[in-house]
Amino acid sequence: MAVLELSGISKSYRTHLSLRKYWILRDLTLSVREGEIFGFIGTNGAGKTTTIKLAIGLIFPDGGTIRIFGEDARRVGLRRRIGFLPENPYFYDYLTGVEFLDFHARLFGLGSQERRRRVQDLLERVGLGNRGDRQLRHYSKGMLQRIGLAQALINDPDLVILDEPMSGLDPIGRREVRDIILDLKARGRTVFFSTHILSDTETICDRVGMLVRGTLKAVGAIDDLVARQVRFWEVAVRGLRDDHLPCGRIVSRREDVVLARVETEDDLKRLLRFLDARGGALISVTPARESLEDLLIRESRGADPERPAEVREREAQHVR
Amino acid sequence: MFARVAAIALNTFREAIRNRILYTLLVFAVAMISFAQILSLLTVGSEEKIIKDFGLASIDIFGVLTSVFIGIGLVSGEIERRTVYTLLAKPIHRFEFVLGKYGGLMITLLVNTTVMALWFFLVLIVKGMFDPRLVLAVLLLYFQFLLITAIAVLFSCLSSPILSSVLTLALYIIGHLLWSLDLLKEKLTSPVGKTACAALYYLLPNLQNFDIKGQVVHGLPIDPAVPAFATVYLVLYGSAVLLGACAVFQNKELQ
Repeated sequence: MAVLELSGISKSYRTHLSLRKYWILRDLTLSVREGEIFGFIGTNGAGKTTTIKLAIGLIFPDGGTIRIFGEDARRVGLRRRIGFLPENPYFYDYLTGVEFLDFHARLFGLGSQERRRRVQDLLERVGLGNRGDRQLRHYSKGMLQRIGLAQALINDPDLVILDEPMSGLDPIGRREVRDIILDLKARGRTVFFSTHILSDTETICDRVGMLVRGTLKAVGAIDDLVARQVRFWEVAVRGLRDDHLPCGRIVSRREDVVLARVETEDDLKRLLRFLDARGGALISVTPARESLEDLLIRESRGADPERPAEVREREAQHVR
Repeated sequence: MFARVAAIALNTFREAIRNRILYTLLVFAVAMISFAQILSLLTVGSEEKIIKDFGLASIDIFGVLTSVFIGIGLVSGEIERRTVYTLLAKPIHRFEFVLGKYGGLMITLLVNTTVMALWFFLVLIVKGMFDPRLVLAVLLLYFQFLLITAIAVLFSCLSSPILSSVLTLALYIIGHLLWSLDLLKEKLTSPVGKTACAALYYLLPNLQNFDIKGQVVHGLPIDPAVPAFATVYLVLYGSAVLLGACAVFQNKELQ
């Protein structure tokens, strides 16, 4: 069953000085299945945050429909089953961590005992167990991201929507957020998150959608999207004085270490025999496969010259 | 619905009482009320009138400033700081958010006005000048603050904080000068002009309805219909303005 379903969504903006429409999203159709982790990837300004704001109901589409759990996404009652973390979240900095979570729990009509239990539980879960009594203005960026994640989970939601949850976090923080997302999946929840940190996506996502300049360029399991066969090999050798190779080409030379690239397996074998004969010391042979990043860069090349900087800025503003 | 509105109102109140602007205004108001005693020494025979007039005016001005400067940021501030994103992702209607913000400032103004009034009354009681009708005058001032706050919230949904504060303060001043529109209507000969004046007279907020300072200070009788009319006016006009604010916010794109 589709938990989140966008059909033919389009969204445009007008810049301040122009009456001309600029399209942020064009005919976006996307479906997120129950219980999966869905990564929504794209460069800055691709339209990821706009898509998420549309799904949450913060902005409205020019055309198309959005359904969550099979119902019209505009139905306010649906949000009892949704958790949301915005990008680079700003919270009421005069509240302490406990007050902040308690306030959000009140919005779901939870009783005081249940609120207290959930707040403490979530503070522990996001690693802020002993920081709950500090005002949010004294939290670091990583701590704010974690308390933001906690408020998104306060209602134990079935669908969790996270906008750039790893943004600005150090490696430990990213690992913790990744673990929380995996834990949500293990509990049968659906997670839809946007990111431009592709290594995280490759590690944890069941499926990804790739948005390029407002158009969905690819959607599916990562293995289906990227060619997994080896594209070329990189060979590092020490002590090779000769610049001439029987095949391939030298990519770089630093002191006495040479990095060479060959395109086929036969060429690799020839090169290794050549090195053996010349007495070069083999350091490493690295097969290069296509990654999600390669795919994204390939799809994103050739930015739309018609798309004004202001529109891209609007999407990218939270990143800075 | 009530629990959600109450939660937002409580949080808004908490934000206000942790806001330094509120305390600055409150300290200034208390200082001005105290200053009235010194000022009254400079006059002969009208010490009581000066203290009462100055005290009520201080409560009026600082209450209005609180309404405007906190009111204009209630909605637009939440949008600018993007704190509204997480709130509206929860199961709350947008009108509940607007009402909650308004409710929070209602409580803040009640506390604020009460503190100023208590200090004012204490000064008068010590001097043996207290008049129970002053309580009614302060209550009507509070009603006026509620109406101005509703207007500030409407502007806050429509435009930036700076423009909202200018427009709200402008309406506060116009609201006390509406009698001049009535005078102008009498002097005009063109029926179009007369109709325009009449329309503006009834459309713009008439804050004179909440002003009985003159009668109280000078010991003049107060028509019993005045407080009742002021209450009905606040409920009707205030509800219409808040309804407008909710309608604007309902369709607002939160970029």
